[in-house]
Amino acid sequence: METVWKTYGFYTYRVLGVDMRNLLPILTVVAAIMVIWYAASIGMNKKWTYDQAGRAGVEVTFTEMVADTWAQDRPVLPAPHQVVAELYRSVFEKKISSKKSLVFHGWITLSATLLGFVFGTGMGILLAIGIVHNRAMDMGVMPWAIASQTVPIIAIAPMIVVVMSTIGATDFLGKDTATAIFGYQPAFMKGVLPKAVIAAYLSFFPVVVGMVKGLRSPDHMQLDLLKTYNASKQRTFWSLRLPSSAPYLFTSLKIGMAAALVGAIVSELSAVPLRGLGARMLTGSYYGQTIQIWSALFAAAALAATLVASISWVERRSLKKMGMS
Amino acid sequence: MSQELVIQAKNLDLTFPTNDGDVHALKDVNLDIHKGDFVSFIGPSGCGKTTFLRTIAALETPTAGTVTVNGMTADEARKNRAYGYVFQAAGLYPWRTIRGNIKLPLEIMGYSKAEQEEHVTKVLDLVDLRGFGQKFPWQLSGGMQQRASIARALAFDADILLMDEPFGALDEIVRDHLNEQLLHLWDRTDKTIAFVTHSIPEAVYLSTKIVVMSPRPGRISDVIESTLPRERPLDIRDSQEFQDIAHRVREGLRAGHAYDD
Repeated sequence: METVWKTYGFYTYRVLGVDMRNLLPILTVVAAIMVIWYAASIGMNKKWTYDQAGRAGVEVTFTEMVADTWAQDRPVLPAPHQVVAELYRSVFEKKISSKKSLVFHGWITLSATLLGFVFGTGMGILLAIGIVHNRAMDMGVMPWAIASQTVPIIAIAPMIVVVMSTIGATDFLGKDTATAIFGYQPAFMKGVLPKAVIAAYLSFFPVVVGMVKGLRSPDHMQLDLLKTYNASKQRTFWSLRLPSSAPYLFTSLKIGMAAALVGAIVSELSAVPLRGLGARMLTGSYYGQTIQIWSALFAAAALAATLVASISWVERRSLKKMGMS
Repeated sequence: MSQELVIQAKNLDLTFPTNDGDVHALKDVNLDIHKGDFVSFIGPSGCGKTTFLRTIAALETPTAGTVTVNGMTADEARKNRAYGYVFQAAGLYPWRTIRGNIKLPLEIMGYSKAEQEEHVTKVLDLVDLRGFGQKFPWQLSGGMQQRASIARALAFDADILLMDEPFGALDEIVRDHLNEQLLHLWDRTDKTIAFVTHSIPEAVYLSTKIVVMSPRPGRISDVIESTLPRERPLDIRDSQEFQDIAHRVREGLRAGHAYDD
């Protein structure tokens, strides 16, 4: 592998953020998962195959049984190729404005995730600044922040949805404002606020923890140096604390982004209207559409991977530029 | 040399409370430092030499006694930016260039952009780092980084330079070179320098006044006025006069140190 890249004059082994030297181990693991998955499909779906055959009064050979377990409409565990086919259909063969398009649902989830991530990160950073500079906040905020994360999100999400719907705070910008600006109300704006709040609720915590550590990372010598310049707290923050916290911030952002996505998906289980990847999973389970559940699951995983990878990309570039990598 | 008093410590006492009782870091320390002096503090670990320097810089507050810097209290002097402080590690910001690092105190102190550029260029010259301004710290050797940190301490024209074992982490060859450069710099700028060190030759080579300190409790056991000329080539260290002063420092250290542990 190495020699190939070198002859083509590449100085990096990274393609799309993946180190190509890791390709073989990655593929090995993927292959192992495939084998286990296909085997599990047979094991879990064969009861249905034998039941059907029994009712029809026909004998099935082993090969026929295997072929059937991998091609059922509502299998207990769909085979990988069924999930891939469903993903392809619902991503590429549907209009993206259609309720059957995963792109549509993915976009709904993504917008709630990003809005929540921005809220959560902003709040997390502000809280961390307060905690580092104010003794009362240092003592008072952290226990509450920790307590907030021990509340099961699945229990609190419906309450947030209900409360915010009651006070009418569900749409981003509000229907009239949005219509005035865009001429219509964009789909993602409708009902996005409760979901964003729940996403923010999960994503602020890692940012608080990471930023408190990051803002406190300058050592005594660095702080003493600024003291000899008689620098104000504000100067110390902008010149020293904030830049020093960059590596911690990026780590927190990655965790916070993943948490925001989980929050958005969980909130979609109870939000109205029923849309988004979470809603796809929910409706799938109502109607026994296991293939739909699994494809929504993979779409969510792909979304999370893409979001986290883009933060990693910014992280690598920024830290390199700051001489901190 | 003028006899204007720049730093004066009177009956200085400092105790740090710790979990196993108080540590008496400084006990009854009295010292006068005049303008243009190069004063070294030498002594074994725990003798309070760094604590003394930090007290002059108002980074520590004495339990009793007073420190006067430029006729003010130490803390007033700090707020007036009376001194530049050089730490044991260069402590340059990795996200700033060398120029950017030296500009830091100037930005904080509100110098105009033009003044900043002018001062940075001047001090880069002074520490022989011309042409390295646009480099980042990691592109420089340890010795060069420490020179940049000295430039940073010189940038805002404070008359006093406080240095806490600035060359302690460097190898001997680099250290000799930097000592020579530091003397040149001192000669050209007429700053008052207080310098903490572990090394007897370094103290004797650099100083006009050597303060020998001893531990438990931290105190001054001897003050030696150097008879060496202001102009000092490196080979002055082979002279008899140098050896005599070094001998007296060693005696002072031995007398102050209890060899009972």
